[in-house]
Amino acid sequence: MPGYSDPGFDTLALHAGAAPDPTTGARAVPIHLTTSFVFESSDHAAALFNLERAGHVYSRISNPTNAVFEQRMAALEGGIGAIAVASGQAALHLSVATLMGAGSHIVASTALYGGSQNLLHYTLRRFGIDTTFVKPGDIDAWRKAVRPNTKLFFGETVGNPGLDVLDIPAVSAIAHEAGVPLLVDSTLTSPWLIKPFEHGADLVYHSATKFLSGHGTVIGGVVVDGGSFDWEASGKFSELSQAYDGFHNMVFTEESTVGAFLLRARREGLRDFGACMSPHTAWLILQGIETLPLRMARHMSNTEKVVQFLASQPFVSRVGHPLLESHPSHALARKLLPRGAGSVFSFDLKGNREQGKAFIEALKLFSHLANVGDCRSLVIHPASTTHFRMSDEALAGAGITQGTIRLSIGLEDPDDLIEDLKRALKAAEKAGA
Amino acid sequence: MMKLTVNGAPTYCYTGGKAFDPAKPTVVMIHGVLNDHSVWILQSRYLAHHGWNVLAVDLPGHCRSGGEAPESVEEAAAFIAALLDAAGVQRAALVGHSWGSLIALEAAARLKDRVSHLVLVGTAYPMKVSQALLDASLKEPETALKMINVYSRSTLAAPPSALGPGTWVYGASLALGRRVLASNRSVNVFHRGFQACDRYANGEQAIAHISCPVLFLLGAQDQMTQPKAAQGLIARARESGKKVEVVNLPVGHHQMTEIPDETLAAIRDFLRR
Repeated sequence: MPGYSDPGFDTLALHAGAAPDPTTGARAVPIHLTTSFVFESSDHAAALFNLERAGHVYSRISNPTNAVFEQRMAALEGGIGAIAVASGQAALHLSVATLMGAGSHIVASTALYGGSQNLLHYTLRRFGIDTTFVKPGDIDAWRKAVRPNTKLFFGETVGNPGLDVLDIPAVSAIAHEAGVPLLVDSTLTSPWLIKPFEHGADLVYHSATKFLSGHGTVIGGVVVDGGSFDWEASGKFSELSQAYDGFHNMVFTEESTVGAFLLRARREGLRDFGACMSPHTAWLILQGIETLPLRMARHMSNTEKVVQFLASQPFVSRVGHPLLESHPSHALARKLLPRGAGSVFSFDLKGNREQGKAFIEALKLFSHLANVGDCRSLVIHPASTTHFRMSDEALAGAGITQGTIRLSIGLEDPDDLIEDLKRALKAAEKAGA
Repeated sequence: MMKLTVNGAPTYCYTGGKAFDPAKPTVVMIHGVLNDHSVWILQSRYLAHHGWNVLAVDLPGHCRSGGEAPESVEEAAAFIAALLDAAGVQRAALVGHSWGSLIALEAAARLKDRVSHLVLVGTAYPMKVSQALLDASLKEPETALKMINVYSRSTLAAPPSALGPGTWVYGASLALGRRVLASNRSVNVFHRGFQACDRYANGEQAIAHISCPVLFLLGAQDQMTQPKAAQGLIARARESGKKVEVVNLPVGHHQMTEIPDETLAAIRDFLRR
């Protein structure tokens, strides 16, 4: 590569991690549907197992197709490497399980996807990992929640579904004062809208099911390491800085000054918990990522039109998107998310629960289902679906009421989306008559 | 790993996951500017598990090693000699990358028979650094760091690379550079290392004074130390009657991380001879 040039985002979305196949000349990324890889010799086998040589052994640990996806995500996020896993939830679990065990503590935002809230509030407590939840915008609360056994700060770039923008610079500064990393779920924003590492985050994960895949076809996740957190200097992560009996007595921080987290996550977490991604899934997500910049631009332009429409409707009491000055995160979104704060947002109808149901059932283009980030527009009622396990108090903490409707704006003609919403709003009004 | 005291300063050496064994031959691996021992992660670990002692050192003032960061190649070469003494190593192979290759060369000339093999990875002589890059390394290190990483990269699609599958070598190199720079709060080791490369003027004399075989391990697409910039040194070595091997790898300046297997094979095969 002669001269000083650094490929831009759109180029990386197409090329990072992939080159024409040296054996066949195939231009597209081949799908390596194989469980395992033949060793050249006994010495080669031993060297691969002992991390003396790079290569693939078994597709639970690594796979060439998955590796392209992992490199591409690391490139797009500005990280050092990534690990593909079975789902976004697996990415969160892998991150937590790599960094801590029983007796540890997490400080997390209240504005989380319901599945993440379940994992932290219920499941991880059963394994001795406690979480303190704080409102993402209450910066002092993050600081006050720190305990001697705190190992991780965790939040979403834009909280689901209220779109509270996480003040990553402020929260990461507090995390770093406490000697712990900030893990950010960037599913709803994708690296096209924000690169959390540039603002101070240390680890980023995605449910790749959503915007990265973009077509509602596969479940997948990925965790990316920014390589900036000094695990050894922190003194809190013996998992990474002390010899590990479970993997050749390796001291991961000595092995790699910047990649200790990824080493342990792959060599222990994927190996033992086994939440790996199918190479076929990785390939489908790669197809999505190739058009991520184009899709995200359309998602955002469509969202802007829909938000403006809904904000003008008398039967709508609130539109929760930071595009609007009324949104509490408006100023922060302009600073951290200049391309927009995503296309998943909620709004409240001036009506009761029955009118909410009538609204959803009258929609024809919007699909009523439990997903976001599809190329098709989606709708759901969070209180009875994604967040139904949460108490009223927890719901309120996450900015959700019984009448909240969540939309995921797709790539359709925006006029058709607005027409669909108009029809549904009329149906909801009639249902209350 | 080994923690030694060299010239009164704590010195860190990664040993590839094996304890130091005085009965085995020793390889000293010397990193380049804004790097540390971890750039040798795969090669060092392999050699340590295949009959060698490995001392992959963090140079003084870099990451885990204390002491004053070397101001010149000669100063760093004297440190390598002191390191061997501190470790009780009578004879060793020296493997250096980029700036580290100049340090290894100068040390080999001084240590003569105490050096069994010399491996110069991504080397050039003279290793001139443009004034613009020197200035940027001092005044705008982040910009300079990105520049050298772009110059060092040969591909957007490295095969399974150090650390292993899923590693984005470009990002990993940036992160390591930032970490090394931040590890020394009193000296800009980026600028100091580049100055040492730029000012080193003893390369041709040094190659004539070594008493061991030498391997030039070059990257055909290397924009930092272009292969043509090593030809003078190669010619001087041959003129001086040295046993010279040259291997050109299809890679840029990140030889050890972009194509670790081929880099290891070249080093391993040379050390076995």
